Amino acid sequence: MALKHHEYSSPHFLGGVHPPESKELTAHLPVRRMPFPDEVVIPLSQHIGAPAKPIVKVGDHVERGDLIAEAGGFVSVPMHASATGTVKEITRWPHPSGNLTPAIRIAVDKHSAQVPRARTIPDWRGLSKPELIQAVQDGGVVGLGGAAFPTHVKLSPPEGTVLEYLILNGCECEPYLTTDHRIMVEQPRRVLTGLLIMMRALDVKVGLIGVENNKPDAIVALQEVLPEYEAELKEHGMRIDVIGLTVRYPQGAEKMLILALTEREVPRGKLPLDLGVLVQNVGSVASIAEIFETGLPLLERVVTVTGHGIRKPSNVLVPIGAKLKDVFEFCGGVTMDARQIVMGGPMMGPSQANLETPIIKGITGIVVLPAGEVKSQEEYDCIRCGHCLDACPVFINPQRLGLLAKNMRYETMQEDYALNDCMLCGCCSYVCPSNIPLSQLFGASKAYLRRNG
Amino acid sequence: MASSPIESRWIVTAPPHMAGPDSTPRIMWTVVLSLLPALLFGFARFGISSVMVVLAAILGCAAAERMFGSRKQSLLDGSCLITGILLGMTLPPGMPMWMAFVGGVFGIGAGKMIFGGLGNNIFNPALLGRAFLQAAFPVAITTFPKGGGSFFTLVGDTFALPLMRPNLGEGGIDVITEATPMGLMKFDQEPTAIWNLFLGSTSGSLGETSAILILLGGLYLAWRNYLNWRIPLAIFTTVFALGSLLWMIGIEAYPASPMFLLGTGGMVLGAMYMATDMVTSPVTNLGAYLFGIGIAIMVVVIRVWGGLSEGMMYAILFMNALVPFINRKTQPRVFGTKRGLKTKKPEATS
Repeated sequence: MALKHHEYSSPHFLGGVHPPESKELTAHLPVRRMPFPDEVVIPLSQHIGAPAKPIVKVGDHVERGDLIAEAGGFVSVPMHASATGTVKEITRWPHPSGNLTPAIRIAVDKHSAQVPRARTIPDWRGLSKPELIQAVQDGGVVGLGGAAFPTHVKLSPPEGTVLEYLILNGCECEPYLTTDHRIMVEQPRRVLTGLLIMMRALDVKVGLIGVENNKPDAIVALQEVLPEYEAELKEHGMRIDVIGLTVRYPQGAEKMLILALTEREVPRGKLPLDLGVLVQNVGSVASIAEIFETGLPLLERVVTVTGHGIRKPSNVLVPIGAKLKDVFEFCGGVTMDARQIVMGGPMMGPSQANLETPIIKGITGIVVLPAGEVKSQEEYDCIRCGHCLDACPVFINPQRLGLLAKNMRYETMQEDYALNDCMLCGCCSYVCPSNIPLSQLFGASKAYLRRNG
Repeated sequence: MASSPIESRWIVTAPPHMAGPDSTPRIMWTVVLSLLPALLFGFARFGISSVMVVLAAILGCAAAERMFGSRKQSLLDGSCLITGILLGMTLPPGMPMWMAFVGGVFGIGAGKMIFGGLGNNIFNPALLGRAFLQAAFPVAITTFPKGGGSFFTLVGDTFALPLMRPNLGEGGIDVITEATPMGLMKFDQEPTAIWNLFLGSTSGSLGETSAILILLGGLYLAWRNYLNWRIPLAIFTTVFALGSLLWMIGIEAYPASPMFLLGTGGMVLGAMYMATDMVTSPVTNLGAYLFGIGIAIMVVVIRVWGGLSEGMMYAILFMNALVPFINRKTQPRVFGTKRGLKTKKPEATS
């Protein structure tokens, strides 16, 4: 297949790392839907912002797609039953973050056909802007790239904001993950429709889709359906470009992506909005398109289940709230020597030991590592090689910050060494020859300052 | 709460869950490997005595590392072997073994272990050991035997007893000494052919004579990203520029061409291996340039106007002391800002 996309020649961000991609395990595998498990657990907090408030009680019967918890505020989204069944318990349950958080347990009705209730599907072209935003919030849509920021909030920028670019993030720079890759290959129309909906809602004229060059089939898939949208884009004076980007972690970080596509640095302490740029994940806009296609809220998501510790690596369409053990069972189980479960990508995702933990909206992948691939924890003293400074994509000084963190001088880290600019991408820890857990130290320091600062 | 117990096999650690290929021992052992060609050349040229000197220096380093170290494994990380080899390479091949041993003990003991071991020292331990030897045994460290004889001929009083005056010259072991190119220049204003300097067929410290092998080893390390190439680049460029300037002005006491300045003394070994010691050089890239320029200025000043024929050692040690300051003043420019951060006050940690 000849590559039709043009390679983007602009200099990519400086720093970063290029770990082994390991995407070949699942990149070619079509997404498969897993069967409904016996139980789904819906945590009330799956997003940034206020937790949702339950509106069901124990014993209630719920159909797939029913509202079970309403948004807890503007920066919040409602929760829906991802399967037909009976509310079993509202209790504290293991959350992928590692904490116990309030969640609704639903015993799934084994004999149900899992058909949602009949509903009217709104035509997004006929909706006013507030109605559209409301529809996206009611659909429970959050950023599916990991951070899970409510999408309707992004659709409501402060009064007077002029947006120039809407950027779709299809980089998927984390090793192993192929979730966004498969969405772009299999649902390019949903991606473009979702982008169009957002562009129309925000009145943005230019949409840029940034995809790392290791996914040529995704770039081609998007470019092949792009002509279908030309007429409507032209009518509104809009333009959508699909752009291949350098393969380098963290290309998909918001600041790095904006730099690569617009050649602008987001000024320190400012938001992309201040540059007239908004970034959204490809999976999230696909789920916006899906709301207006099926009328159903966000009930399931694509998850890459991969790593050498899983018998059958797969791209799985998982109902929100399905437990790790059910997902593993669908993927042939874990191998004898599997030792570590990472929820998300291996560079930033936390590891998890409890197989009762449910999959939530922000989980992009599950990576199971066998004994031989678990990172060693043996640590040496810093030899000041400076490799962390070269790797840091935001140009702070991890070497000095690490020493300060070990001496518990958190205020100095913040005041003199720009700790807040650290986005915990993990590049410094990755390159450190002395194996110092730098990004972990910085995460802990930031948490300390949030609590005491 | 979850009904099923958590299996104990699952390991929970903080992200990232992947690590790059480099490790501290791997870096150290690679440095050792890259030093071997120049070292073996020195052995071949100066014979069994030079082997003994290097062995004694390594043993001294290892003894101090083990005696003052808190971790048994620290002997295995290869760093004290580097110090031993580098110290040995800067010594004259005929030096008594016990002196080399003492130099190693001092270098590691006072140069590294009292600061807390690998990673925490301010000065390059090998150079500190050599500085100690220079102060303690000024004659022995400037007696350079002629190389190129049979491998098993002792070229100095290698097995002298500790604290005894080495039995050199008349009445003692028959040692043929030869002036080094640096000495010839400093005291007789007589230059040596550049080609000989480059290949190493001159007298001198046992591992410093072959510039080309040291350069190749350093280039290999730079290619592996195990040394910051900005430091030797800054040193060589600045020395060449200053040397050309002095050459054009013409200084009667020191008629050295810029190439002579570059090819002699510990210049190449110092620039490639001593100045680039990760622990004692700046972490920032701008700092690396400044550090190299500082070394170059110091070394030219010492060589041309100072009382010593060689200045690399003191130049590097002096700049080592400035590294915390350089680091603080060359903080990188944070993403999304125009200039680097300004720090308010000096740091207690380095």
